[in-house]
Amino acid sequence: MNLFLDASDPWIRVSYLQNHLTDFETDLVEHVELTLIAVLAGLLIALPLGVLIYRRRGLRNPVLGISGVLYSIPSLALFAFLIPYSGLTYLTAEIGLVGYTILILIRNTVVGLEAVPADVRDAARGMGYRPLKQLLWVELPLALPSIFAGVRIATVTTIGLVTVTALIGEGGLGRLILEGLIRDFKTPLVVGTVLSILLAAVADLSLAGVQRLAMPWAR
Amino acid sequence: MSFLVKVTAWFLDPVHWHGGAGVPNRLLEHVLMSGAATLVAALIALPIGVALGHFGRGGNAAINISNVGRAIPSFAVLVLAFEVVGIGAPPAFIALTLLAIPPIVTNSYVGVREVNPDVKDAARGMGMRERKILFAVELPLAVPLIMAGIRTSAVQVVATATLAALVAWGGLGRYIIDGFAQQDYAQMFAGAVLVAALAVVTELALGAVEFMLVPRGLRGSRGTPAGPSQAKAA
Repeated sequence: MNLFLDASDPWIRVSYLQNHLTDFETDLVEHVELTLIAVLAGLLIALPLGVLIYRRRGLRNPVLGISGVLYSIPSLALFAFLIPYSGLTYLTAEIGLVGYTILILIRNTVVGLEAVPADVRDAARGMGYRPLKQLLWVELPLALPSIFAGVRIATVTTIGLVTVTALIGEGGLGRLILEGLIRDFKTPLVVGTVLSILLAAVADLSLAGVQRLAMPWAR
Repeated sequence: MSFLVKVTAWFLDPVHWHGGAGVPNRLLEHVLMSGAATLVAALIALPIGVALGHFGRGGNAAINISNVGRAIPSFAVLVLAFEVVGIGAPPAFIALTLLAIPPIVTNSYVGVREVNPDVKDAARGMGMRERKILFAVELPLAVPLIMAGIRTSAVQVVATATLAALVAWGGLGRYIIDGFAQQDYAQMFAGAVLVAALAVVTELALGAVEFMLVPRGLRGSRGTPAGPSQAKAA
C-alpha cells in the first residue's frame, strides 16, 4: 500500500476496462447468485417462522427482540465465527447472508400479519373460513405488501453485504473492491462500487414494479 | 472442542491484555473512533433532518437518503476514503461519519414531521413562538425516533469500524483481519467475540437510553421491541 497518493493512477483506466469485461460479468453474475439464494432461502425459512410467531403471541416479543440483537452483530464477525467450522466456502458466505435476511423478513412478516384489521378476520370467520384457509386467502394476501417491503430491504442489504464476503473469497463485485484496495488501484474499485450500487438500484426498482403489478390491492 | 479451548487460551494469555495491541487499547480505539464518528455525524445530520421536518420541505430527499445509503456498500466507502486520504485513522473516520449521517437525517425528519398537527396547533394557541414550539414541543416528541436513528447509525459504525483494519487502522477488527491473514483462527474467533459483544452492547445500551428518553406522556403506547427494520451495512 502506498502512503503517498499516486497522482498517475486515474479513477478509471480505460485499457483495464477493455481487458476485464468478462471478469466484471463473472463477478456480477456471482453477486446476483449469492443475493438470490440468500433472499429466497431467507424467505422460505422466515415465512413459516413469522406465521408461527403471529399465531403464538408469547413468542413475539422474545423472538423479535432477540432478532434485533442478532442483527447488530457485524457481518465480518459472523463470518469469523463460521470460518473455523465451515471454511472459506460458498456455504459460509450463504449461512451469514441467509441469517441476516431471515431476521429482516421475520419482522416484516409478523408486522404485516398483525396489521390485518380485526374486522376482516371476523368477517372471514363469519363466512366460515377455517384457520388455514383464512391464513392463506385472507391474512397472508393482506400482509404481502409488508412482506414484500421486507424482501426489498433484504435484497438491497444483501447486495451491500456480499461485497464483504469478498474477504472470505466469495465476493462477487466485492472482489473488485478488494482488488482495488490490495493493489492500490482505483479502476476496479470504482467499477465494483458503481456496479454494486447500480445492481441494488435496479433490483429495488424491479421489485417495486413487480409489487405494483402483483398486488393491485396495495396500490 | 479443542478449537474453543484455543480461543479460551487466547483470552487468558496475559500478553493479549497489555500494550498497543492488547484488548483494552484496541477496545478503546474502537469505542473512541465509533463514538467520534457517530457524534460528528449527529452534529451534521440532526440540524438538517430537524429543519426539513419542521418546515415540511424536502421530505422525499430526507427519506431517500437512507435508501440510497443502504445501497452504497460501506466496504466500498471505506476503500474510496482510503484512496482519497491515505491509510490509518483519517479514512476510517471520514467513511464512518459519512455512513452514519443518512439514518439520522431520515429519522429526525420523520420524528419531527410526524408530530401530531393538533399538538402544534395547541402550542400555537397557547401563545408559543415558532422557536419554542420546535424546542419545547416538536423535539421532545421526536426524541424516540431521533434516538432510534442514532442507535442504527452507531451500531452500523461499530460494525464498519471492524473493516477499517483493512486500511491499516487499529480497533478490534485487527484481531479478525490479522488472525485471518495469519491463519491464526483462535485470534480471529476471539476478535469476532469482542466485536460482536461490543456491537450488541451498543445496540442494547442505546436502546435503553432511547427508552429512558421517551417523554412520560408517550410511554406504553409503543409495544414493538427494537428490530431490524433498518440498514445493515457491514
